[in-house]
Amino acid sequence: MSYLNDLLFGVYPYIAGTVFLIGSLVRFERDQYTWKAHSSQMLSSRGFRRASNLFHVGVLVIFVGHFFGLLTPPAVFHALGISAGAKQVIAIVIGGIAGVAAFIGLTFLVRRRLTDPRVRANSSTMDIVILLALYAQLTLGLLTIPVSLFHLDGGNMLKLMAWAQNIVTFDGIEAAAVVADQGFIFKLHLLLGMTIFLLFPFSRLVHIWSVPVGYVRRPYQVVRSR
Amino acid sequence: MKVRAQIGMVLNLDKCIGCHTCSVTCKNVWTSREGMEYAWFNNVETKPGIGYPKDWENQKRWKGGWTRKKNGKIEPKIGGKWRVLANIFANPDLPEIDDYYEPWDYDYAHLQNAPESKAMPVARPRSVVSGERMQKIEWGPNWEEILGTEFAKRSQDYNFEQVQKEIYGEFENTFMMYLPRLCEHCLNPACVAACPSGAIYKREEDGIVLIDQDKCRGWRMCVSACPYKKIYYNWNTGKSEKCIFCYPRIEAGQPTVCSETCVGRIRYLGVLLYDADRIEQAASVRDESALYQAQLDIFLDPFDPAVQAAARAEGIPDAWLEAAKESPVYKMAIDWKIAFPLHPEYRTLPMVWYVPALSPIQAKAEAGAIGMNGIIPDVGSLRIPLRYLANLLTAGEEAPVKLALERMLAMRAYMRAKTVDGEIRQDVLDAVGLRLDQVEAMYRYLAIANYEDRFVIPTSHREYASATYDAFGERGGCGFSFGNGCSGGESRVNLFGGKKQTERKAIPIRVEPGSK
Repeated sequence: MSYLNDLLFGVYPYIAGTVFLIGSLVRFERDQYTWKAHSSQMLSSRGFRRASNLFHVGVLVIFVGHFFGLLTPPAVFHALGISAGAKQVIAIVIGGIAGVAAFIGLTFLVRRRLTDPRVRANSSTMDIVILLALYAQLTLGLLTIPVSLFHLDGGNMLKLMAWAQNIVTFDGIEAAAVVADQGFIFKLHLLLGMTIFLLFPFSRLVHIWSVPVGYVRRPYQVVRSR
Repeated sequence: MKVRAQIGMVLNLDKCIGCHTCSVTCKNVWTSREGMEYAWFNNVETKPGIGYPKDWENQKRWKGGWTRKKNGKIEPKIGGKWRVLANIFANPDLPEIDDYYEPWDYDYAHLQNAPESKAMPVARPRSVVSGERMQKIEWGPNWEEILGTEFAKRSQDYNFEQVQKEIYGEFENTFMMYLPRLCEHCLNPACVAACPSGAIYKREEDGIVLIDQDKCRGWRMCVSACPYKKIYYNWNTGKSEKCIFCYPRIEAGQPTVCSETCVGRIRYLGVLLYDADRIEQAASVRDESALYQAQLDIFLDPFDPAVQAAARAEGIPDAWLEAAKESPVYKMAIDWKIAFPLHPEYRTLPMVWYVPALSPIQAKAEAGAIGMNGIIPDVGSLRIPLRYLANLLTAGEEAPVKLALERMLAMRAYMRAKTVDGEIRQDVLDAVGLRLDQVEAMYRYLAIANYEDRFVIPTSHREYASATYDAFGERGGCGFSFGNGCSGGESRVNLFGGKKQTERKAIPIRVEPGSK
């Protein structure tokens, strides 16, 4: 089992991460015409606004939470006077609220994509795969909350953080060892998370790279000279 | 002063016969693709009517164009930059496909494949969006053709503002005109301003507004921001598309397809010089009714040596300056003042202008049914209400439209007197402030409308359009390639989900049982 554990949590992260980065770069460079958000709002807008906003805002909060929550070294928040237990409670509360919001939105969006005839007819296989993957991942994430409520000391969370920090510091063997005794739901959540990174460049998720932050500073009019 | 040149267009509505040749030729060339079935870069509406998409002129609903803030600055009506970004997950002002119409095709093959039956087989409609059977077609392009649909619906037309519209619902008093519409290639385009990706741009050399298809991310803010609703979201490619003013033809000195094929010869193309430094100022004037004049004021006189020198300093080629002097657009819009921008109140400074339509009145006027003003029929008693035209073309300012109509009537009266009675009626010209040479030119451009007079398009220079002329620049390009466009290869599978744009998804025909 140790070999499989090493493969899934020590090696797979690098495979997924490499495909994610190089795949995105190749798609941007070679096939930018396919790089888009591919909204289907125009085909069917009933109830879409509320659902899409709930989902996007929720998922963004969750993403930022995971990013800082997993990658901030324990020393940093200890220095800020936040104990591991307190950090876990903060994560559960914020993540829980955002997760439920995203779940409500995504439930509507999944149903819409699968049952609205116009949207369904214009969905590619990857559109449906990635949406269901996100839905499953969100569900798994929400399922970790009741499990976490049984150990509020933050010990489990520290291990997950150690995994993520070992991965980004290129210590795959140590990372795999840290999560070896994690619960099934946590492991599945990690695996599906990495798989979403793997699928990222081949799906519409690439629009996340293109958050138009530059718009705020840009002058209104764009004139291209010859 | 920063001189820039643009190829502008004028449409002489007085001669439009509503044949839709422009729309159809445009569609065949540019939008006969999957995802663009519903899109008409050029369409012809019958006015009064709510148009295409439905109710497009109602900016309280669609929030197109610009709005002037209290501090005198303008911002897109859909909101400032932060507001645009806040709406990026779901655009509250986006028309749905049904606001245009659900595009459909017919099961033509069924006419040949149908099993033997007692009833004649028919080709029934099928939605090309969902592929499903459509039981009833509710709306289509140009649903209101020639006063189709009941007056109650058509009278929702925004241009009826401040018009006593009830009487125009009566058969005897009804009126209509055609309004061909395309992208206005504005000087102050709201679509450009609203694009979060910065993918939409105005070309400096000829003013054509284009969407960079590679840079477009499909945030679809441009669709809302354009008050003319002339940006279309292609739901198949996930990118927005718009009229490209046939730039490959323009670069080669040819008119756009819609202009070239216009059987009524109503379209004119020519160079206009304008002062780019004054765009914002002109678009921000306080009174909406002053916008027409403000836009006129930033156009520059191509005969003025100072303007010519400034233009040369900006690198505008001499061929363009010569073309500007011959420009039919300059003559109609600025010299004779018979052409007007469409809805200047949107503050986009549009560059496709319209000569208002006269109504068939000469015979009636001569019969004494309506008032005569000298030998010119009184435009106040025209069939199409002046106010209606003014709402369409000058933000409600009637005087300029009135003068334009009088000038067109004066030209007819003058030419009639000259050719039929053999006399020169200088008094007719004096009444409307036209010179002899102007009225002769008006006759030549409006009535004869020779090809060479209608289209004065300087070809692009090497330094202007290097991609067209410079094979070196094309060497590494991937314009007309096989395989997957730029990525090469012959495989039909694209890792990134890209589809060939030249292939259409055919809707499978099902033979439906039970039709015996």
